Amino acid sequence: MGALSALAAAMADGTVRTVDLTFTLDPDFPVLVLPQELGQCEPFRVEEVSRYDARGPGWYWQNFTCNEHTGTHFDAPIHWISGRDLPNNSVDTIPVERFVAPAVVADFSAECAADEDFVLTAAHVKAWENTHGKIVAGSWFLFRTDWSKRDPAAYINLREDGAHSPGPDAGALEYLIHEAGIVGFGVETIGTDAGQGEHFDPPHPAHLLLHGNNRYGLQCLRNLDQLPPVGAMLICAPLKIKQGSGSPLRVLALVEEQA
Amino acid sequence: MTAPLARPPRKNPQRRSRVATIPPRPRSRVALAFSARAARGEFQLQVCADCGAVAYPPRDACARCWSVDLRWQPMEPAGELLALSVLDSSTNVYFRQRMPWRVGTVRLAADVSVLAHVHSDVAEGDKVRMIARTDKAGQGVLMALPVEETPHMDDDPQLRELTCSPRHRRVLLTDIRSSVAQALIPMLKESGAAIIFAGLAEPWKQNDAVTVAVADECVQLAELNVTDTGSVRECAASIGHKVDILINTASHVRPGGALDQPLVEARREMETNYFGLLRLLQYFAPVMRSRGADGANSATCWTNLLSVYARSSWPAYATSSASQAAALSLAQAARAEFVGSGVKVMNVFHGPLEDPWYEPVSPPLVTPAKLASVTVKGLCEGLEEAVAGDIATDVVNRWREDPGVLEFELQHEREVD
Repeated sequence: MGALSALAAAMADGTVRTVDLTFTLDPDFPVLVLPQELGQCEPFRVEEVSRYDARGPGWYWQNFTCNEHTGTHFDAPIHWISGRDLPNNSVDTIPVERFVAPAVVADFSAECAADEDFVLTAAHVKAWENTHGKIVAGSWFLFRTDWSKRDPAAYINLREDGAHSPGPDAGALEYLIHEAGIVGFGVETIGTDAGQGEHFDPPHPAHLLLHGNNRYGLQCLRNLDQLPPVGAMLICAPLKIKQGSGSPLRVLALVEEQA
Repeated sequence: MTAPLARPPRKNPQRRSRVATIPPRPRSRVALAFSARAARGEFQLQVCADCGAVAYPPRDACARCWSVDLRWQPMEPAGELLALSVLDSSTNVYFRQRMPWRVGTVRLAADVSVLAHVHSDVAEGDKVRMIARTDKAGQGVLMALPVEETPHMDDDPQLRELTCSPRHRRVLLTDIRSSVAQALIPMLKESGAAIIFAGLAEPWKQNDAVTVAVADECVQLAELNVTDTGSVRECAASIGHKVDILINTASHVRPGGALDQPLVEARREMETNYFGLLRLLQYFAPVMRSRGADGANSATCWTNLLSVYARSSWPAYATSSASQAAALSLAQAARAEFVGSGVKVMNVFHGPLEDPWYEPVSPPLVTPAKLASVTVKGLCEGLEEAVAGDIATDVVNRWREDPGVLEFELQHEREVD
């Protein structure tokens, strides 16, 4: 039996389960808030075109608008200035093989519950590897914070000095990119960087380093608590937007049930 | 004295709400010129440029000398009630429903006799103070009021037909984050508003001023985002049947010219200022229109707060002006669709606000409190157009004088550093 036939059989008999890591695209879902003089992320909006009525008696469809970075979304290298000149750096040119990859899930939910500005460092990643084994090159590193379980106000967690949510420092990214060889970094929060990431040195280290090294980001993930630390397979293909810097997408994980 | 208006009881679900009927409507073009002034609360009559006679009702030619050179002039709003009639019957359905109805002949200080509605605290022979307002048909009428304030005089049923008093009414402020909305709350309470619904978009964005505003016992929070059709629909489904006065405080403004304003910002202005109004109209206006005669707390006024540059573009705020012009155009159409429903549309024009987005603009700026007070005064007086602040008054006057010249003037005016 070929690998795909075996997979099909495993999916049919429930040995391999599909987990949805995506938030519903919803006008009420928070978007990133930048200083007001800067351009802002457009929230998700829908307008009905027809709904079995005079505008279209037998069918229902809608127009929708949003930013490339609204809801659960994918960040391409071209999103950041550090990745602007790299080859195949936009969602329409990234090799499709990169959209299907293994994932490791590092659970720091307890640390984040204790400290909403928790910073993930290289030491944390190495300690995780000591327990769960070396990260296989080409994997997604998914940073579990349980942030997706918060209500919208606590999720965006805006205060007068900006947002407060966990994220990685430059050291963690340097290690994950150059030592572990990850394909990308996925988070439950609204950005791959910490809420206070603009005050890090360098600012926004996740965006700067991931995209400067042709790696990707996944944001606003959920259900990471349903994934094993090692062994899940991620399917995350963004929309093929011409010169797109990212896109909302459906992120699925294939999980093998333990016998 | 006028009997004070009692707080209306809750609706009896077995009774049909009164259907709006209206006083007589069709009038001549010259009479509409009187209505347009009455809509602004201006008491003006025509004066013959040749013989000085005051014309009433509005005429195409002077009744004394046949001159056609009749010019609108402000009149001293003073007179004496010569004769009073209290009508107990009428062939007109609107008046039949509201009997008895007081009308009278008033001799104005300007030496002309006019037919006017008469307040219940005015007796034959009394000196009176005249007001010109639009009635439920949107037509200009005169009313004779007591010279001095009398107890509860605003509750007079005939006067209340002409005004949009917030007393015992429920008001929706569409965006409580606006500083104008926050300034409106105490003023609306002071005017007797029963409930103030505070529209709040993106509740996940915390804001201390909003927290303070909605802590008031009169204020009820209503999730409402005018840029989101679903949100407007759901809010209307929840409270639309209770909104007697809607004040659209949602606004998005960015400085910038037509050649340099980022398209996304211009689109946001349109999404809020134009499409936001359109969404509100489509979901809140139909039920308001059906409740225009629904007892003492009938739906009564749709209020738009508009930049005066809706009238003529201010190039330093080009895209903002364009979105305001679009909103004004929509408001004009909405007024036509409300005609006959008993609900007025009031546009309150204002100049640059004391607001971070007008920061580079040199004074005078209009404060949120000033805009709020002009708005509430406009409701209490039953206006359809009000102007807040010196800049807006100046621009409106110049626009009335000659919009073509104003367009040229605004090319160079109050340029932003």
